[in-house]
Amino acid sequence: MSKQHTITVEINGVSGQYQVEARRLLSDFIREDLGLTGTHVGCEHGICGACTILFNGEAARSCIMFAVQADGARIQTIEGLSQSGEIGRLQALFAEKHALQCGFCTPAMLITAYDLLRAHASPSDAEIREGMSAALCRCTGYDGIIKAVTQAAKENAVAAPADAGQPHGSCSGKGRRA
Amino acid sequence: MKSAERYVGRSVPRKEDERLLSGAGMFVADIVLPRMLHVAFVRSPVAHGRIKSIDTAQARRAPGVVEVLTGEDIRPFLKPVPGMQNRPPKRWREAVEHDINIPDQPILATGKVRYAGEALAVIAAETRYLAEDAAELIDVDIEPLQPVAGIDEALATTSSRVHDELKSNVVAKLTVRKGDAEAALASAPRKIRHVFYNHRYLAMPIECRGVVAQYEKHVDSMTVWSSTQVVHWVRREIAARLGLPEARVRCIAPDVGGGFGVKGHVYPEDVLISFLARRLGRPVKWTEDRYEHLLNSTHARDDRHDVEVGFDADGRITAIRDRFVKDSGAYTPVGVGAPSNTIAHMLGPYHVPNYEATATIVVTNKTPNAPYRGSGRPEGVFVTERLMDLVARELGLDPVEVRLRNMVPPEKMPYSVGIPYRDGVPVVYDGGDYPGALRKAVDALGGLAQIRERQREAWKQGRYLGLGVGCYVEGTGAGPFEGATVRIDPSGTVFVATGACAQGQGHQTVFAQVAADEWGVTPDNVSVSISDTGTIALGYGTIASRSAVNSSSAIRMASATLRRKVLALAGHILECSAEDLELRDGRVAVKGVPKLSLSLAEIAQAARPGWDGGRPSDMSAGLEVTEYFEPPTVTWAYASHAALVEIDVATGAPRILKYVVVHDAGVLINPRLADGQIIGGVCQGIGGGLLEEVVYDENAQLLTGSLMDYLIPSASEMPPVELVHLETPSPLNELGVKGLGEGGAIAPPVVIANAVCDALRPVGFEVFSTPVHRSKIIRALNGRSGSAS
Repeated sequence: MSKQHTITVEINGVSGQYQVEARRLLSDFIREDLGLTGTHVGCEHGICGACTILFNGEAARSCIMFAVQADGARIQTIEGLSQSGEIGRLQALFAEKHALQCGFCTPAMLITAYDLLRAHASPSDAEIREGMSAALCRCTGYDGIIKAVTQAAKENAVAAPADAGQPHGSCSGKGRRA
Repeated sequence: MKSAERYVGRSVPRKEDERLLSGAGMFVADIVLPRMLHVAFVRSPVAHGRIKSIDTAQARRAPGVVEVLTGEDIRPFLKPVPGMQNRPPKRWREAVEHDINIPDQPILATGKVRYAGEALAVIAAETRYLAEDAAELIDVDIEPLQPVAGIDEALATTSSRVHDELKSNVVAKLTVRKGDAEAALASAPRKIRHVFYNHRYLAMPIECRGVVAQYEKHVDSMTVWSSTQVVHWVRREIAARLGLPEARVRCIAPDVGGGFGVKGHVYPEDVLISFLARRLGRPVKWTEDRYEHLLNSTHARDDRHDVEVGFDADGRITAIRDRFVKDSGAYTPVGVGAPSNTIAHMLGPYHVPNYEATATIVVTNKTPNAPYRGSGRPEGVFVTERLMDLVARELGLDPVEVRLRNMVPPEKMPYSVGIPYRDGVPVVYDGGDYPGALRKAVDALGGLAQIRERQREAWKQGRYLGLGVGCYVEGTGAGPFEGATVRIDPSGTVFVATGACAQGQGHQTVFAQVAADEWGVTPDNVSVSISDTGTIALGYGTIASRSAVNSSSAIRMASATLRRKVLALAGHILECSAEDLELRDGRVAVKGVPKLSLSLAEIAQAARPGWDGGRPSDMSAGLEVTEYFEPPTVTWAYASHAALVEIDVATGAPRILKYVVVHDAGVLINPRLADGQIIGGVCQGIGGGLLEEVVYDENAQLLTGSLMDYLIPSASEMPPVELVHLETPSPLNELGVKGLGEGGAIAPPVVIANAVCDALRPVGFEVFSTPVHRSKIIRALNGRSGSAS
């Protein structure tokens, strides 16, 4: 139960070695061991998407992964993405379009939008809705979120990843009830 | 008072956004304290049973475990949480026929368990993982009893009793009368009678609940962080149960990830975690998981109406008599709040001369039931608005026309309804244009003639297109009070503290707007403290669409009182009369002589007690005032919702083509945030109408214990929503505001039901219960059933 495993993880650009139990959830590792509490936990069964992070550059749910699975991985959280400025325009549009109320789903919504826009330079309205349905919001009715992401797409507010040979994943694969 | 700009009425950017957008929000689960312990619960696997034994020996010896307690262990120390956390006022008790025997809720079950998920034992350990490990080692022996699984079982005299100490499973009965409904029904030219059922669904904020408590022995003080909408209630109950003065309990709701009612009362965990923190001398944390949330946090709705309506040949309603039964689950922490709302809102925007409503509130072996966005209003509105359509159907009239014929016209405002509100004050609608709102809603969908033409065309093509409308009035801004402390900080910043608690509404922004206008400063120069009993002594909290009305009014009152002192002090220093001074751009200046002025910081310095002050000898020290706004009664917001819905004939799924809300909440402090509240409410209402349903089996076991089983809308499920704002200022407060937090969620279930039935008129389909299941629609389309039950 208490056997510790050593993992090497790059978190927000900084690589480090950590000791974790095999059963430790990646979300708990990020929030409690690293103190990065911008990654939220809403259901612990992979549905609400509040725990979304970038895992090797792709959106992933940290509540249904173990920390040991992150050995050798590159992880970006809302804190890192905010500091780097990569999502700066997206954040500004979220504020402008009132895409957040309580803010609990917001980091996940931003990462979901970032992931969507990196994979699809010009998503259709349906693709935006489908893509953003990977995370749940209970406050906004999604109105401001969709408006913000639509505007961000129009502005090309998110740069495609440098190593983007082909788009990773597809919108429909990430929809909750696809 | 003059200022360069006014901020009330403008969509100023939110103060809250920066931290929330960068992951720097602070939710209860984010709080870490030195030597903090973590808690897990053992919860009942059965809905109803007698506790024979709980063996905690093994768990006590498990690694990292510091404490294990059962209900028997804590019973000598902790009294139950009151069953009625907000008692109706004396005026209500005098105005409404009532019989109330609402049971208290034990902190941990003793003797019996009354719902699946009720807490039996608590474990405190070094980590949550270890606490959960230990929970697995607790052996519980419960002798199952026949569960009371629903309304029929609760009412049957042969059923077992949920609470042995009560005479029956009926815990409250309320009756309200206007005119003589019996006589009017007996003589009504036409009448119809139906049974309607509002299903059980719930608030489901994305953040579950959580509590962190820290006891400091050297000052005998408790600090509690709770994901709650009512910090002052939580403080009250913790203080009372732990024998502490309220002044030595501080409750803070940090950033709260949505509430919608489910966090609007005190839970046993609030008290228990605090108790553990004192007992163990270490900070203690509990973070609810989603399974616990679905099992154990309060559900809502769940009532059944037997209703008869009398009307004449023109469709004018002469009487409504409603007898309804509400399934409160095992406990009902907010007492009779929701059913009282149902009774008070059932008549809606209509003139109904005779009315009788009787609410019977029963306990069952289900999760406790408490207010959720709308709180009793969606239930009553579902009944009345379905009746309007059914009356129209009986007479071959358009449902829109029947509503217009019955609505209170603007020239009858203010309109006295003839029934008491939940505060005991007679209901008086305080202004607005109800028929105008309905017409605007229908017009936004293309106008009635065009809609009917489209519908006929669709029917010809074998498609099913329908119009659904839903109209309601909503008592908002309820008392008893909210307070505000306004202080001019030594920095010159205007500091405002109020008892409201935000869960996304943007209180820090809107209250800064209100204060900015009072002081001639920008919202950036206002610092707003909410959700903290440490900054204001008395408070009520954010429930019942009340904070914009109550807190804003209190901020204005406190500002007005303090302003007089500020101007008097400035006049003393500048050697002029206070009447010759004005507030502008954060300074007090002599009118017409802007150079002769003092900053608020300079005036605050002059008001300080002690050496080198600048105040006159007869003036008290400091610049701080607290005032409490006690509203005379509620303000009446209202709305008409309308939607065009097309049925997918292959799947039976109703697709909302367009949804319109015409809403009047008086003066809007921040229109963009108001839009957000309404659209967010509509989304929840659409969820409740189509997707969301708490399902139990016949043994009262929850079958919808995850977000895979309980579906809330995602972005894909939301239709385009158009909002039209009307602004009829309320005469009941100086700002003219009405509440709007809940409204959006009230009408969608019945709007969808009405639209579906309207679309399916060719096959004769009527909805009498929610949610509107596509399976029922498919059966109707296949000719297997003319109506849903």
